[in-house]
Amino acid sequence: MAVIGGAETPARKAKWALLDVVVVVYALVPVLWIVSLSFKTKGTITDGNFVPREWTLDNYQEIFTTTEFVRALVNSIGIALIATLIAVVLGTMAAYAVARLDFPGKRALIGVSLLIAMFPQVSLVSPLFDIERALGLFDTWPGLILPYITFALPLAIYTLSAFFREIPWELEKAAKMDGATPAQAFLKVIAPLAAPGVFTTAILVFIFAWNDFLFAISLTSTERARTVPAALSFFTGASQFEDPTGTISAAAVVITIPIIVFVLFFQRRIVAGLTSGAVKG
Amino acid sequence: MADIVLDKVTKRYPDGALAVREVDVEIADGEFIILVGPSGCGKSTTLNMIAGLEDITSGELRIGGERMNDRAPKDRDIAMVFQSYALYPHMTVRENMAFPLRLAKLDKQTVNRKVEEAARILDLTQHLDRRPANLSGGQRQRVAMGRAIVRSPKAFLMDEPLSNLDAKLRVQMRTEVSRLQKNLGTTTVYVTHDQTEAMTLGDRVVVLRGGEVQQVGAPQFLYEHPANLFVAGFIGSPAMNFLPARVEGDRLHTELGELPLTDRVRRLLEQAEAPRDVIMGVRPEHFEDAALVEEHARAGGAVYRGQVDVLESMGSDKYAYFSLGGERASSAQLEELAADAGVTDLPSGGGQLVTRLSAASQAREGERVEVWFDPDQVQLFDPNSGRNLTYQGG
Repeated sequence: MAVIGGAETPARKAKWALLDVVVVVYALVPVLWIVSLSFKTKGTITDGNFVPREWTLDNYQEIFTTTEFVRALVNSIGIALIATLIAVVLGTMAAYAVARLDFPGKRALIGVSLLIAMFPQVSLVSPLFDIERALGLFDTWPGLILPYITFALPLAIYTLSAFFREIPWELEKAAKMDGATPAQAFLKVIAPLAAPGVFTTAILVFIFAWNDFLFAISLTSTERARTVPAALSFFTGASQFEDPTGTISAAAVVITIPIIVFVLFFQRRIVAGLTSGAVKG
Repeated sequence: MADIVLDKVTKRYPDGALAVREVDVEIADGEFIILVGPSGCGKSTTLNMIAGLEDITSGELRIGGERMNDRAPKDRDIAMVFQSYALYPHMTVRENMAFPLRLAKLDKQTVNRKVEEAARILDLTQHLDRRPANLSGGQRQRVAMGRAIVRSPKAFLMDEPLSNLDAKLRVQMRTEVSRLQKNLGTTTVYVTHDQTEAMTLGDRVVVLRGGEVQQVGAPQFLYEHPANLFVAGFIGSPAMNFLPARVEGDRLHTELGELPLTDRVRRLLEQAEAPRDVIMGVRPEHFEDAALVEEHARAGGAVYRGQVDVLESMGSDKYAYFSLGGERASSAQLEELAADAGVTDLPSGGGQLVTRLSAASQAREGERVEVWFDPDQVQLFDPNSGRNLTYQGG
């Protein structure tokens, strides 16, 4: 990072380090709190200590031995990945068209997609519930994948078309002159350059689908399609008088892991893509 | 290699705007032809139509005798160099140059051999594994050329390939492009708005204005025999001087005094049925400091006496600027040229005369000086149509 208006003095470094720590602590305390809870034993869970006095993996063992959670995890991963894949593929094509082509109804398309993004999802839950019941989609994977794609697409189109607009059109012309078919020009020249945008979009869409609670709780009724955020709310203890705090915490920790992995994995790609860009002549 | 024929090629956009009107040009095999004109004259559109990047509204394009109107760019076997170079930033220089060959499904060895040969010609061998972002402007330009020459296409199309380079490098690359084209002998269509590039590079030059061809010819011919005011003003630097003039009998009344009309000029004027009021054009280089013209040579010439406004010494020459009273020559074509050069609102008042004198001239700013010129070098134009009344077709 370039230092603006001053040399890198120790005092300056210390000031920034302090600031960074404050930000990180502020952001991470709730996360660490739930991690801490997940490692506490049943007896000490309410003691209010930040660092557990007795460590245990019981909570983790317990969630992975119940089919309820494992099944929900499979549902979550499957639904989020499929929704991401479809939304990114459709979004890429749509964004390319929006950025590059002039077709009738382009403004209407952009307007409608913006409208969908702005629409309060909660007001659509009841009609969706009825529609899915009538179509037999209720409590199925497609029953969640479809609304996720619908609400993720506007976001995908917006992010991606911004990336496509950055790519000089002459590159595509050059590829055509070099003997590429339109498909080859897109796949070999445009797509690699848009890759950082595609990955960014994929992350955003995945996170949206992964974190969704509203649709997951409203459009499912059994383990068939219930995702982890919804399943968490159905957690009970071993008996009905037992508090499931420990297991909920453990499950909450587990479902943050795929997100972290996903972001870390693609972040490398994003950075690599950005540095190799430098398109301007 | 092949010839390129544009047969009444026209481009009309869906909104009705006419970009190119009935362009008729026959480009011979191996010829280096320049499309030149101010911005918006349709030169790039014409090039894009040859490339296949834009549809031809009407007319026919033939390359090597085959009709190309409906063929995709990739099936025309022509290579293009873009103004922005359009190098693929995610590929190395080698991959950039190999791209057209890989698309043509050549085997690896052939691809490598051809890329290395092109790199050697363009002096890019040590840069083959670098990415475009790490190259200088001149190197990027050469990579763009390399990508065009590797597959030995039927023709090269170049869209202002040198305009992103700084002045010195541009002159150097100009020679380079010219040499490369001569060595390869590939038909080349080159678009530029720079008349110097047009004059120095081309076998022939096509001057375009508002989507219409004004004149086609060898650079020297265009310089000596411009077909109209537009071509006369566009070709040559500094530009030709234009002054209002009036034909009276065998004399010409101008701001520079009364000039005799030579027999040749008078005959041409009669043939052209010239109007009385005309625009006189005379190039700066046709003037000379009268003190440096020998006595016997001065006879038959005309002399203008005036006060030097500004004197620019270029080392090899001196440019002397004179302010003329009276009005400026006015014509639609001249205004278009001025608009393109961005000098429409300069407060120059009356007309101005630019003369190029020898370095030996003793002229000084603010002093009166006599400049000599040969009235036979004068060109006369119709102010309404812009037509050159003294035009002698070659």
